Amino acid sequence: MIKYIYADALDAFPKLRDSMFRDRAYQFKERLKWDVTVCEDGFETDEYDNMNPLYMIYEMPDGSHGGSMRNLPTTGDTMINDHFSNLTGGVKFSSPLIWETTRFCLSPRAGKLASRIGAAVCLAGCEAGIRWALDSSVGVFDARMVHIYKRLGWEPEVLGTSGAGKDAISAGLWALDEASKASICGKSGIAPEEVEAWFDASFPIAGTLDSMVA
Amino acid sequence: MTKLETFLDALEKSQTPDDIQSSVEAVRDAYGISNAVYHAVNVGPRPYAALTYSPEWMQYYHDQKYVRVDPVVSGAMRQFHPMEWKQLDWSSKGSREFLGEAISAGVASQGISIPIRGPNGQFALFTINDNCNDASWETFSKEYKRDMMLISHFIHKKVVDIFVPEGEQAMAKLSPREKDTLKYLSLGLNRGQISEKLKISEHTLRVYIDSARHKLGALNTVHAVVTAYSKGLLSF
Repeated sequence: MIKYIYADALDAFPKLRDSMFRDRAYQFKERLKWDVTVCEDGFETDEYDNMNPLYMIYEMPDGSHGGSMRNLPTTGDTMINDHFSNLTGGVKFSSPLIWETTRFCLSPRAGKLASRIGAAVCLAGCEAGIRWALDSSVGVFDARMVHIYKRLGWEPEVLGTSGAGKDAISAGLWALDEASKASICGKSGIAPEEVEAWFDASFPIAGTLDSMVA
Repeated sequence: MTKLETFLDALEKSQTPDDIQSSVEAVRDAYGISNAVYHAVNVGPRPYAALTYSPEWMQYYHDQKYVRVDPVVSGAMRQFHPMEWKQLDWSSKGSREFLGEAISAGVASQGISIPIRGPNGQFALFTINDNCNDASWETFSKEYKRDMMLISHFIHKKVVDIFVPEGEQAMAKLSPREKDTLKYLSLGLNRGQISEKLKISEHTLRVYIDSARHKLGALNTVHAVVTAYSKGLLSF
């Protein structure tokens, strides 16, 4: 299942937290050879993890990380605005309706579940957009992700690309709406009701306010 | 024109704090809700608010120091999604007593609060609320949440234009390490514990604390922590 967790609440889920930051180290440092920082405990983190981002995390049956992504509002500080505006013609995104999504990651333990997990994480983003009236998410992705997003049924609008072939990196914009949700659900076989239940479990409604008065 | 366009059109002409107050009242009237509140925590020299609550309630809120138990405030400090009041954490006794007082004072029992994040930790909050039933509120919220997110953002931009002179709009920027240091200090950790957590020597830690103090113009460590929070440089 998917859990939506702000960074300052991660400590309540130590196994999920630790395996996510270790899986990120494996994916971004070891496998993709990105210039990222991995500290002694094997965690890959950067300054944006310190801005209390909202993570959408797929939790495996054993409580460990299956896949995740990290979200921040583009009205504040974002990676794309700070480091990748060369990909967007110098444009800095700042809209209450656009969030930045970074560190899209799949666990090396995902195995046969990998495509389901990828779809679930993307669906978590779509559902957040639908519930919170967001338009889109913006992010930077590399060439190997192009066919992954295509297979998931969620192709970004490419805003700009630098480099060529397998070294190309691009900035993209993904729609967070019912059409995207339907498309990813269709390709993955995940039921829309399941996606809605994930969201409701992370943001439960306790009851009417009147009933909560002490 | 849609409600949103009419509102934004009027807002565009705002030039003074009084105009902002009128805009907030205009939101309430145009959307037929009980209250609208805009609150800038760290824009300009002092906190600024434009709101439609009664002065009596504002005074009472202040006197009772409800800011300490109000889950809208604690929620907005750490989260950035539009927050339905019903989804906030009302588990503490203090917050539920506050809720009772708020409801009897005519603060409505349905609400959405939208945290607003700007560059360098800039932080404001926009709230709308009403007394309708759950079903009507759900319909309203579905239809107009997007409008409210845009309105909150545009009011905030206007407030920044009015209160922050050009050239001063960039605030002192703390590095992530400086922020971590101040955050842990505020949580009551001692220097030894912090340097262990950040995996740096106590010497390096002292350098971070000093440079943060310098950037904030703070007299001592406690002052630096308080200043960083009040300027919104630390968001949780």
